[in-house]
Amino acid sequence: MSTREAVRRRAGATVLVLVVLGSAALAQSPNLGTPVTEADLAAWDISVLPDGTGLPVGSGTPEQGAKVFAAKCALCHGPEAKGGSAASLVGGRPLTDGIDTPKTIANFWPYATTLFDFTRRAMPWQAPRTLTNEEVYALTAYILSLNRIIGPSDAMNAQTLPKVRMPNRDGLIPRFPERMP
Amino acid sequence: MPRTRPSRELQPLEAVAGNGLLHRRAFLSGGAAFAAAVTGYTLSDTAAAQGLADEPSSRKAGVPVQEYGTPSPYEKQVVRTLSNPKAEPRTQHGRTPHHLLNGTLTPNGLHFVISHSGNPDIDPARHRLAIHGMVRRPLVFTLDTLARYPMVSRMAFVECGGNSAPLFSNEPLQASIQAIHGLVSCSEWTGVMLSTLIEEAGIDPKAKWIIAEGADSLALSRSVPIAKALDDAMVALYQNGERIMPGNGYPMRLLLPGWEGNMNVKYLRRLKLVDQPMMSYYEARTYAPILPGGKAYQFYFLQEVKSFITHPSPGLRLAGPGFYEISGIAYSGNGRIAKVMVSADGGRTWAQAALQEPVLSKAFTRFRVPWRWDGGPVVLQSRAWDEGGNVQPTRAEVIAKRGQTAKPVTNPLGFPSQHYNGPTSWAVDKAGEVKNVYA
Repeated sequence: MSTREAVRRRAGATVLVLVVLGSAALAQSPNLGTPVTEADLAAWDISVLPDGTGLPVGSGTPEQGAKVFAAKCALCHGPEAKGGSAASLVGGRPLTDGIDTPKTIANFWPYATTLFDFTRRAMPWQAPRTLTNEEVYALTAYILSLNRIIGPSDAMNAQTLPKVRMPNRDGLIPRFPERMP
Repeated sequence: MPRTRPSRELQPLEAVAGNGLLHRRAFLSGGAAFAAAVTGYTLSDTAAAQGLADEPSSRKAGVPVQEYGTPSPYEKQVVRTLSNPKAEPRTQHGRTPHHLLNGTLTPNGLHFVISHSGNPDIDPARHRLAIHGMVRRPLVFTLDTLARYPMVSRMAFVECGGNSAPLFSNEPLQASIQAIHGLVSCSEWTGVMLSTLIEEAGIDPKAKWIIAEGADSLALSRSVPIAKALDDAMVALYQNGERIMPGNGYPMRLLLPGWEGNMNVKYLRRLKLVDQPMMSYYEARTYAPILPGGKAYQFYFLQEVKSFITHPSPGLRLAGPGFYEISGIAYSGNGRIAKVMVSADGGRTWAQAALQEPVLSKAFTRFRVPWRWDGGPVVLQSRAWDEGGNVQPTRAEVIAKRGQTAKPVTNPLGFPSQHYNGPTSWAVDKAGEVKNVYA
């Protein structure tokens, strides 16, 4: 075997080794998931983040929300959201009243986006995810207005909702700050 | 020379703490001393004294074997207690009867369940798990494809953040251990490591959290730090060897060993990698306990080191003076249990408990102490340490930091606060009745 031939063989072996290593690395993980696009997942992708990421197109006012509420929510939450078989959505005692003070939107919820998100994903109880985005914006505006967190004619949409400052915005403390990302 | 059984005169059991707590050596030395203890101190009124005869059940062929076995009809009382048996439109709780179980593993039908909107009826062939958001390529998995992945099995407890909440009452509430501590259970879980799946999707370095979402009617969602997802999180498919029970997340759930139960999202259908926590209803409202002064803890994550005595406990009346085994459960979201101490005099003196091997990380550890009850009033209490040096705080320490109610809690199924990991104290009176007390 000439020196040149030996070098060529060694180089070939190196290429072969790299190829084998490459496929071995892939083979370590089964890779059986089906690739999808974000568009394919749009119907499921309903989470809204505090900075407004995930809020859909649309808008609603407290006045519009009052009508939706009377038709679809008052059965459980009572007229004007004052409570029925399900919780009142208005008012709340100060959290200094004790560790077992009932938590409400007004006294506890730190972000208004949570109200939109939870209403859209979970309500109405018997028919979740049947409200239109417009209806959810309107209901969110209505509840925030009843609690005097926004004005009676303030429209809620993807721009205004994340800017709403909830009364308890700074009231929550991470239990283990060192474990927070 | 044949081994002879030592008499109790030759090997008396050593009392190591007040009110009759004995040295755990009784268990460690292979049972001989234990037998001596039993022989020495149980009542002489035994069945043997009456003569033994064949029972009718032993003199005929038995009943047919069942396709799926159920416990003996004599065990009908060993069931979960239900907070909302008619499934009214609110949360349902099913609590584990710890006082009627032993060992470290919770039978699947008795694993605690908290169902915020009922158990969804999911066709496993139609269920999908999506991973998307801040990843290189979004992926969707079927149950069948996940079943082809390398799997791991591990024991892990799951505990509701609200377990033990009645102990925040300013006065001790009289309720069974099932009502007080029934929202924790322990299983062997088998599934695919979450790290495998999200690494296949390719993690964007800017991603910090994963939103986990269920396929239930509330699409229950929680935000999980990526570090936990990459550490020991699992997409669990099996519970104690069989497919996960509907109440525990069938056909798949997120398992975050040692972390708050609600974060172990059931019916897992979507994992979205994001750069900020979602502040979901359950993390920005429900599982955020109010502190004295009006602030609240959020992202509690851990179920901290805890222990409680299951035997005896309220409802298990002692039959009279003599030998008993005190036994209970200890666990920590931080790792293995290192030590459990037991007191029979309200915390004045302590005996070290024997720990049942194997002692596993973030799983139930059964502890036991031999006890000779003299028939007088005693207060039983346990305290656990984990391998990280974390110690179960006293109730006074918990209350100083976390507060207690202003008025006595009357509903054992309510949640005046969450994440109580102080001790539980059981007072035994002269009649052998066991009550919840603060000591």
